[in-house]
Amino acid sequence: MAMTDSAPATTSTLLDFQNVQLTYPNGTIALSGVDLTVRRGEFVTVVGPSGCGKSTLLRIASGLEVSSEGISTVNTKRVGYVFQDATLLPWRNVRANVELLAELQWDTQAVRREKAQKAIDLVGLTGFEKHLPRQLSGGMRMRTSLARSLTLDPELFLFDEPFGALDEITREYLNDELLKLFVEQQFAGLFITHSVSEAVYLSTKVMVMSGRPGRIVDTFDVPFPMPRDPDIRYTGEFAALVGEVSHALREGHGA
Amino acid sequence: MSIERVTDEGMDTAEAIDDLTGDERQALEHRETVQEIAPATAAAVPLKRRRSRGGGIANWGPPIAVAILIVGLWYLVGLIDPSKSFLLPPPHEVFAVYLDPKIAPDIYEALWNTAVVALTGLAIAIVVGIVWAVAMNQAKWVERSLYPYAVILQTIPILALVPLIGFWFGFDFTARVIVAVLIGLFPMVSNTLFGLQSVDASQRELFKLQQASPWIMLKKLQFPAALPAIFAGMRISAGLALVGAIVGDFFFQRGTPGIGALISKYQSRLNAEPLFASIILASLFGVVVFWFFGWLGKRVVGKWYDFA
Ligand SMILES: Nc1ncnc2c1ncn2[C@@H]1O[C@H](COP(=O)(O)OP(=O)(O)OP(=O)(O)O)[C@@H](O)[C@H]1O
Ligand SMILES: [Mg+2]
Repeated sequence: MAMTDSAPATTSTLLDFQNVQLTYPNGTIALSGVDLTVRRGEFVTVVGPSGCGKSTLLRIASGLEVSSEGISTVNTKRVGYVFQDATLLPWRNVRANVELLAELQWDTQAVRREKAQKAIDLVGLTGFEKHLPRQLSGGMRMRTSLARSLTLDPELFLFDEPFGALDEITREYLNDELLKLFVEQQFAGLFITHSVSEAVYLSTKVMVMSGRPGRIVDTFDVPFPMPRDPDIRYTGEFAALVGEVSHALREGHGA
Repeated sequence: MSIERVTDEGMDTAEAIDDLTGDERQALEHRETVQEIAPATAAAVPLKRRRSRGGGIANWGPPIAVAILIVGLWYLVGLIDPSKSFLLPPPHEVFAVYLDPKIAPDIYEALWNTAVVALTGLAIAIVVGIVWAVAMNQAKWVERSLYPYAVILQTIPILALVPLIGFWFGFDFTARVIVAVLIGLFPMVSNTLFGLQSVDASQRELFKLQQASPWIMLKKLQFPAALPAIFAGMRISAGLALVGAIVGDFFFQRGTPGIGALISKYQSRLNAEPLFASIILASLFGVVVFWFFGWLGKRVVGKWYDFA
């Protein structure tokens, strides 16, 4: 059952989808009747099987795609978007890659430098400014990508399975880093993932999607306080919630 | 139950700490993992050195060995029928030409003239090819309208066209350059277009999200991404432009004729030694130009791209 979030859109609502549907030109119905709200202070995670329309959701939120039906509202101009792969420009070093978005906004050189250095420090890449992407590990490339989006000082941060290609240990480490940024930088997050435990660990709210056509089948509030203790992952409540979400995922998949 | 599952997973690294309760052990172990990882991730991969470039017997040895082999075979073939040595003079007689004060200066001057034609043609082919490809990259309909003509450049029987070029543009420098351009153009067009279109969709979207104009996208994304393909194209075009210049020499002998004209003169007089000397020199010049663009490509994009 799709749960309708009936709270009225207020100024604290950064992203609001009402009954959003998207049909691609070839007739694929990627999304159908999606209701979704992301407010200030929220970190919403969407889990769902491959091909169920998760990326499409973000593409609409970012404006790369326009919904065929329904209303999608974004109440901020500062939107960060982190792609599944790091999408770094291989000929630019870390600093130049991080400066890119500010450069495209026609910031002056001094402002660009300052923004980039701040973001590089935030993601813990200080000292690697001169490295080229090919000289970095996968995790560091992802951090560079994260830093690049941070230069926009986003109010709404969209993540499309950013850590999906990383090994478990690096992923957990970056999850902690991301949560720290979430608490410090005060952006609202909409995060896509395949991993249920990642979803529960990171977010204030987990939404479960099912495919063909893509829709939200269940929503779970995550009660654990922020900033989150990494060890929470090893508690019974955490495991129980992971179990519930996994269950919903499996049911949605079977449907 | 789920705690047990989690504990089991961590078992192999947690063996040393068994006098703690399950939860404590997990907590401790996890903290250790993170601490271990943190410096490892931050200290990161050391700056990887690229393969040592150039120099060394490993690089020069094999081609030199092949050269020796070829010269050896050349002598052998000459031994089969010594009466035909006017068709295939022995190598030392050919190489002696390069030092012969009566012939050598002619050959060098002719090569220089051809080189000027070839490099002028190459420069034009590079500029026209890149502009052509960029234009095609701007819109699908432009590509559809212009690409067939790029292919025609490649398939047209150029030798049939060359005499006409002479009638239209005269029989000296201009006509020879035009032939060089016609023959050298296609690889520049196709390689540049391929390079421009090799950009990932998500990288384009990254720019689109910032409302980057097509010009900015070209300048900061597509053109840099295309550079390796462009340099590869230049290398191919350079060789072809040289062929074009020599072909032009054969047909257009007005003005300052190049090495092609000399070759056809030696051919008609069955002057085998200078004929071979000229052909070999022209080929070596092609190798040098090819090598130069490889070197230039490495200089420009080698830092981030393994330019072969
Ligand atoms: N441009 C497009 N044209 C047509 N169909 C598309 C297009 N993009 C995506 N689709 C289809 O829409 C559906 C949803 O795609 P989407 O990329 O949103 O899935 P996803 O949940 O992000 O998948 P994954 O987990 O594999 O990334 C898929 O069936 C996909 O094949
Ligand atoms: Mg996706």
